[in-house]
Amino acid sequence: MNRILKNKIAAGMMFSLTLASISLVVLIGMGLYLKSAPIFKEHSLWELISSADWQPSSGKFGFLPFIGGTLWITGIAVILALPVALLTSIFLSEHSKPYVKKWIFPALDILAGIPSVVYGVWGILLVVPWVSEVLAPHFVEYATGYSTLSGGIVLGVMILPLLISLFVEIFAAVPRDLRDAALSLGATRWQTSKLVILRKTLPGLLAAVMLAISRAFGETIAVLMVCGNIPLLPHSLFDSCYPLPALIANNYGEMLSVPMYESALMLAAFFLFIVVLIFNTSSRAVIYKLERKFQ
Amino acid sequence: MKEFQYKNPTRATWAEDYSFLNNDLDNSKLEGDKNKKSNLKVTDLNLYIHQHHILKNVSLEIPDNKITCIIGPSGCGKSTLLKTFNRLIDDTEGIRYDGSIWVDDVDIFDKKTEITDIRKKMGLLSQRPCPLPMSIYDNITFGCKLHGIRNKKRLAEIVEEQLKAVGLWEEVKDRLHAPASKLSIGQQQRLCLARGLAVEPEFILADEATSALDPISSKHIEELFVELKKDYAIILVTHTLRQALRIADHVIFMYLGKVIEAGPADEIFNNPKEELTRKYLEGAFS
Repeated sequence: MNRILKNKIAAGMMFSLTLASISLVVLIGMGLYLKSAPIFKEHSLWELISSADWQPSSGKFGFLPFIGGTLWITGIAVILALPVALLTSIFLSEHSKPYVKKWIFPALDILAGIPSVVYGVWGILLVVPWVSEVLAPHFVEYATGYSTLSGGIVLGVMILPLLISLFVEIFAAVPRDLRDAALSLGATRWQTSKLVILRKTLPGLLAAVMLAISRAFGETIAVLMVCGNIPLLPHSLFDSCYPLPALIANNYGEMLSVPMYESALMLAAFFLFIVVLIFNTSSRAVIYKLERKFQ
Repeated sequence: MKEFQYKNPTRATWAEDYSFLNNDLDNSKLEGDKNKKSNLKVTDLNLYIHQHHILKNVSLEIPDNKITCIIGPSGCGKSTLLKTFNRLIDDTEGIRYDGSIWVDDVDIFDKKTEITDIRKKMGLLSQRPCPLPMSIYDNITFGCKLHGIRNKKRLAEIVEEQLKAVGLWEEVKDRLHAPASKLSIGQQQRLCLARGLAVEPEFILADEATSALDPISSKHIEELFVELKKDYAIILVTHTLRQALRIADHVIFMYLGKVIEAGPADEIFNNPKEELTRKYLEGAFS
């Protein structure tokens, strides 16, 4: 067998494997769509998204509380985690001595490797009581603690190690010459980080945040343990909420005798799928634009 | 070694120029403070990275208003020495040093010395041009803003002045707000020089500043150095002896972390005292 033929066969095999894994995305999307299609015969998409009325047994499927809950929790998680992750990673990459890194990175890896159910338990044991007994009394009369805020805090802690390790990697890719250039002009370390390094790495940082967000969207178990799971749109941080993944996890397999119920749950999965897809593609578009602007 | 009489056309006779190096009496004081001398003096500098002794008992003095070339084979510590002058070397892992470097009679290793002030006095020009990720205009004003110049009109003046000083103004005046990375590599290096000059340094540290450039761009930079030496003390680390021959006024030859010989260029090139220097130079002349 000659060299060219071998190359062709190898390339062909690898290409078909690549194609197979990519077509998985399409297949999952198709599957979810087909499974959820029946519900569109009775309700319009707009009706499903905009209605807050969730009573499956009477045929009312309003997804607004779930979509709202997911957005709230993810938003809180990112708002809490982003500044911490940013400052931590600036410290680790720009200020810390090597032996500090040697201790902190393994700790972060452990944090990232803890099973999500453990985070859930930790949330119930610590975060929920703290919210209900310490924080909430300042703002509302009564709160159980099983709330949007608790979900956001737990989720924020969960995406923290991911964000930090991505950020540190991004900062490490900045050439030393660039730091030297800024420092040699008399900039302090903080000025160098703030004015040069953050600016240079902005596209990468955005991409990392997008990645963390799409991870946060799908996080299920830890969040459903602490957020209360009541299908109402939360009006304050101390109200319970019910994110989309929790809806699917809690109900799939049960109550499937209710007409359209499976279809509705599949639609929830389809929403998640679409949101993550949109996030990934739009983040790429943003990165592309920013890279061209700043490089 | 061939009979070679080297004389740099851009320079006055060294004998009068360098008299101050041997003279403890400082004549410049008699001229008044108007003509302030920039002064850089290294005494007994030893530098280690982990267990490696990189710089060994380095003592030298950099003359003002001259181009000082630090020459020597790769790995002899030239760049390390240069980066020690503005203490950029501090970021290196496992670094230790002793001895002292005096910049305008301030010891830069002293704990009380404000390191940003030292760095402000030394414009750095690295091997590859490294524009900051912003527009041409912002690249120049970056340092000025750090040091508290906020007046827009003043900043615009500085940009024009410095770009003219490096001969870039005509080329970029219509696109000052374009990203600096869009410039050619030679233009980028001149921009970096202008950026360094904008903070009004006393020294220009150039670390093989022309080695990544094409011959025309590097000639341009060399010409700039010759022109700028009337206002600055320029310290140039170079691999290319020819470059040192063309523009050096003062030469420091280093070998394996030691300063073997230092002195006026004419003397070093025509009449080296040390055997090592002679051997190194022969490689270039023959």
